[in-house]
Amino acid sequence: MQTPASFEYERATSVEGAIASLGRLGSEARIIAGGHSLLPMMKLRLASPEHLIDINDLTELDFIREEGDEIRIGALTRHVELLTSELLATHFPLFRDAEQVIADPVVRNRGTIGGSLCQADAAEDLSAVCSAAKAKVVIRGADGERVVGMEDFHVGPYMTAVGAGEMLTEVRLPVRPGAGSAHEKVERRAGDWAIAAASAAVWVDGGTIADVGIALSAVGLTTIHLTRAEELLRGKPPSEDLFVEAGEIASADCSPGADGRGPIDYKRHLAGILTRRALTRAISRALHQEA
Amino acid sequence: MQVTITINGEPVSRDVEPRQLLVHFIRDTEGLTGTHWGCDTSNCGACVVLMDGKPVKSCTTLAVMCEGHEIRTVESLEVDGRLDPIQQGFHERHALQCGFCTPGMLMTARALLDERAGGPPLTEHEIRTAISGGICRCTGYKNIVSAVQWAAEHQAGVKQEA
Amino acid sequence: MAVTENLPSQTTERPIGFGRLKRKEDERFIRGKGTYLDDIRLPGMVHGAILRSPYAHAKIVSIDTARALAHPNVAAVVTAKDLETLGLAWMPTISYDTQAVLAGDKVRFQGQEVAFVIATDEYSANDALELIDVEYEPLPAIVNARKALDPDAPLIRDDKVGQSDNLASPTWEAGDGAATDRAFAEADTIVSRDIIYPRCHPAPLETCGMIADFNPETGQLDIYNGNQAPHAHRTVYAHVAGLAEHMIRIRCGDIGGGFGNKVPIYPGYVCAIAGSIVAGVPVKWVENRSENLMSTGFARDYVMHADMCSKDGKITGLRVDVIADHGAFDSTAQPTKFPAGFFHIVCGSYDLDASHVKVKAVYTNKAPGGVAYRCSFRITEAVYLVERMVDALALEMKVDPIELRMRSFIAPEQFPYETTTGWTYDSGNYAETMRVAMDIAGYEDLRREQAEKRARGELMGVGVAFFTEGVGAGPRKHMDILGLAMNDGADLRVHPSGQAVVSISAQTQGQGHETTFAQIVAEELGIPPEDVQVRHGDTDRSPYGLGTYGSRSTPVSGAAVAVVSRKVRDKARLIAATMLETRPEDLTWEKGRWFVKGDPEKGALIEDIALRAYSGEAMPEGMEGGLDAQVIYDPPNLTYPYGAYIAVVDIDPDTAQVTVRRFIAVDDCGVRINPMVVDGQIHGGLAEGVGIALMEVITFDEEGNCLNSSFMDYLIPTALECPDFELGETVTPCPHHPLGAKGVGESPNVGSPPAIVNAIIDALHETHGVDHVDMPCTPARVWAAMQGRPEPPQ
Repeated sequence: MQTPASFEYERATSVEGAIASLGRLGSEARIIAGGHSLLPMMKLRLASPEHLIDINDLTELDFIREEGDEIRIGALTRHVELLTSELLATHFPLFRDAEQVIADPVVRNRGTIGGSLCQADAAEDLSAVCSAAKAKVVIRGADGERVVGMEDFHVGPYMTAVGAGEMLTEVRLPVRPGAGSAHEKVERRAGDWAIAAASAAVWVDGGTIADVGIALSAVGLTTIHLTRAEELLRGKPPSEDLFVEAGEIASADCSPGADGRGPIDYKRHLAGILTRRALTRAISRALHQEA
Repeated sequence: MQVTITINGEPVSRDVEPRQLLVHFIRDTEGLTGTHWGCDTSNCGACVVLMDGKPVKSCTTLAVMCEGHEIRTVESLEVDGRLDPIQQGFHERHALQCGFCTPGMLMTARALLDERAGGPPLTEHEIRTAISGGICRCTGYKNIVSAVQWAAEHQAGVKQEA
Repeated sequence: MAVTENLPSQTTERPIGFGRLKRKEDERFIRGKGTYLDDIRLPGMVHGAILRSPYAHAKIVSIDTARALAHPNVAAVVTAKDLETLGLAWMPTISYDTQAVLAGDKVRFQGQEVAFVIATDEYSANDALELIDVEYEPLPAIVNARKALDPDAPLIRDDKVGQSDNLASPTWEAGDGAATDRAFAEADTIVSRDIIYPRCHPAPLETCGMIADFNPETGQLDIYNGNQAPHAHRTVYAHVAGLAEHMIRIRCGDIGGGFGNKVPIYPGYVCAIAGSIVAGVPVKWVENRSENLMSTGFARDYVMHADMCSKDGKITGLRVDVIADHGAFDSTAQPTKFPAGFFHIVCGSYDLDASHVKVKAVYTNKAPGGVAYRCSFRITEAVYLVERMVDALALEMKVDPIELRMRSFIAPEQFPYETTTGWTYDSGNYAETMRVAMDIAGYEDLRREQAEKRARGELMGVGVAFFTEGVGAGPRKHMDILGLAMNDGADLRVHPSGQAVVSISAQTQGQGHETTFAQIVAEELGIPPEDVQVRHGDTDRSPYGLGTYGSRSTPVSGAAVAVVSRKVRDKARLIAATMLETRPEDLTWEKGRWFVKGDPEKGALIEDIALRAYSGEAMPEGMEGGLDAQVIYDPPNLTYPYGAYIAVVDIDPDTAQVTVRRFIAVDDCGVRINPMVVDGQIHGGLAEGVGIALMEVITFDEEGNCLNSSFMDYLIPTALECPDFELGETVTPCPHHPLGAKGVGESPNVGSPPAIVNAIIDALHETHGVDHVDMPCTPARVWAAMQGRPEPPQ
């Protein structure tokens, strides 16, 4: 088997301790949680950090709970917990949609939401999910915490707003009435990365779309926020024609690359189809809830 | 660094590099070569063991990360020479041919059965989903599904007797 | 005298002989106590790792091993120069070419072996690879077989004297060109297609590897190696390494899947052997998955053109032209006289008037191989082509694809049937098998459902494939590999207790030989299978044979075991006659016992005969003691299993995702020794067919970079992609096989890809005008076909 290069290892005993180590050890240190993004890269020698800081003992970061008008998810929450959470299924069913098709059930026992978001692979389903759901993330450093919206979190391919000496600790989702959401993904085989995926979250009020979030995976260098489609939909009553138009915007506004998963035109086509499907399901869930 | 991992109920201590993968730590332990590996990218599931009762890919876990956790490998399934119902089910239903994926499949199935114990019967789709993190080249999966169903039925019997 | 009641009772649960006997070998595997190659640790053992070329085609300017040698855990770094002094820098391949063990002058495919590091442990060996500095001068690469013979194509095999182009073997022909031209001239309907069978890979779950342990004091070379043909390998090593063959012992242990991937001899093996000879300690080399996918024996990669014609509603002619991509070295494994393997069985299951087949092979800057992955020596390629063409013709003729096959099948009364390319199929009732498949599938209902769905805009397809294959190579007068006859041996010894050991040439990699071969002895001698130990996988203790691939275990080794068991039974008869004080011709046999005709109480059980054979009591005049026999079996012909497969697919009209909803497989593999094992073999092959049809492919970019060198990109079906396979059977015993059995292991790979692709076309033809799409039928490729733009794989 391919094996990683050597590194030093320490176990964090507190969030502050982890952050202090990050600060002390500098750019050659990486946090490891589930390790299912980092370790495969290290085995292939595509990443060779000199220090790993294991945060798996920081159980205080493993939670899904309601706090006020938010649902807060700790960064160490595992994919399987996101999949099975009834709280999330009630308020943000797109998490369950996505988790059913993220990796495989065994990997889902270890991978975490923090790890997925910080990996910032354009094909990460959870990045699109959190973007559509209008999530904010909490980034903690030696100087304290800051809260960043998803649109500012994705900086570039494999690059996030988490800076040197900082750590993602929490994801916060706004709980508002009239919510519905869905995630639609097409992959070549179960467990594969998306060829394309679309997340949609809507909030319906009095028969119109009060707010909407749409984001795409795997069809750009980073997660695509479909702001133009969101503007189109906001304030309007939901309709099939509207979703078709949103799909057309998705096809036009994404920037997929050709690779083994598919050529550009097919990915654009999927972006459109899946945006339509995600919106249709999101609305139907929102309206069902209203009713 | 010195690390102690509880494997099949016994503490195993060794001085290892931080980079040693759990699968190698296990396989370097006397009598524990039943856990296999088959790929470089966490896809094939031949290395699946249970960590605190949940299936994990031991090729994508560092040994040092497992101190303080309970690891169970395929060798733990038989107790005093008695086969676990899932092992018996694989034999009854011809769910193995070359045997290489078998330990990973057995441990995944064991965890699935434990999770569902006392609950509604597993559907075929649920079984296929649970084992979708592992690849088998020999059986086409049909008999593996059948073996899990056999174990579920016979396990219930065993539980009632106990 | 023993009576019939003393015979061990035979039940369906525990048959003595053929039946659904649960496997004897399961116990160690379900307990995690198998012994696979990487499980073996020997005292003093060191680890090898291979540095591989990042380029598909490049001159090697220099190799600097100083930094690697300075690593404290590194014992040696071997390059081509070092091997040259041992005469091992190049090795012969199974198809009479030569292959570089370690590249010296240049590299010819991405992943080619350049240096071999030996270190104390695996992690250090991997580290040391990064410390070897190789300077390359890249050259243009050829990865498209169609372009390999272009006048400006770079010359790949400049190491071969007299090689001036990339032709690996000249055009091989079968059939009759003139007769075929006549058939086409007289035809009512003609169709033509360009069809590619893309490169894929057997990818057994256990990768390849070897432990070589040379003892400098005794000169003994012990090899531990999962390989499908250990005796042949031993002979080749003796020849190549100049070692004494009787001092080489190969032990295969448990093998985690072969599927043809473990037939060739790989450079890593030669490096491990050379390393051990030089260092005098055991050297273990185990490849990782990337190495397996990038450098070991791939499968298929046939670029085909075919024309097929019909007259009066029946298929009459077939013309086929193939460019075979063999990669950088020709290391295809097939009988010597058949450089295109058995591809000329492409005439199929049909009573054609004429056919003509041409195959030429080219070198490209890709890994060597081609014959692997349950291909029956290229029958997978042949059947895929002919079954796709039959469907193409059916579309053109506007005839149901099953109807066209039924009209064109070779009829039962035509057997033995000589095909237009020189095969003699010995037996078959094709229509019956097809009807069984239709019944299980509910064919008429499926067509009704399809029509209803189509009206609603849903896409559903029903695809059929029918195949005849020839397996069980083969008769020594026609077939050899590297000059070695494709015969297998069997040694049977019955101990005084009546329990027995049978040693066989076949080499299981999961096919259940420890059970099925015991069942053959049980069937012939009445010794319960649990009392028969099957010995295999050790060249010192098993008879010479050509191993397990090409579905040959039952046809050849199985026949050998039946014949050797009968020899023992014949000897037992003579001993029984002496025991019973009667003449041999007065005795008759029922399983396990010789008894006097007309006087059943007067008989001798096989275990009593065995005891007698070793006792001091009188033996028949002139007969040696003991109860054993040896046989080398030369099959008189191949066997011809056949089958009818039906696939049902659903296609998402917007995303083009294909789901195989149902798969019906009806196989006729003659008499089945263990139907449970046969069913299992078929399930596995069908799953591989789903993979090949929908997702498995090895592709390259224009520079020759391999794009599918991990299981992230070489996708293999999980339990979620495979349907619940529905199996049926017909039984047409093989007329020449002692048990009436044929081979079966590869049939499911032969029949399933065309059935699935035919189903996909069937789903899309009427609504989208699709009349061909090449595999793998990924969503992207199916979608392109639906848009009217099907693309070949590269």
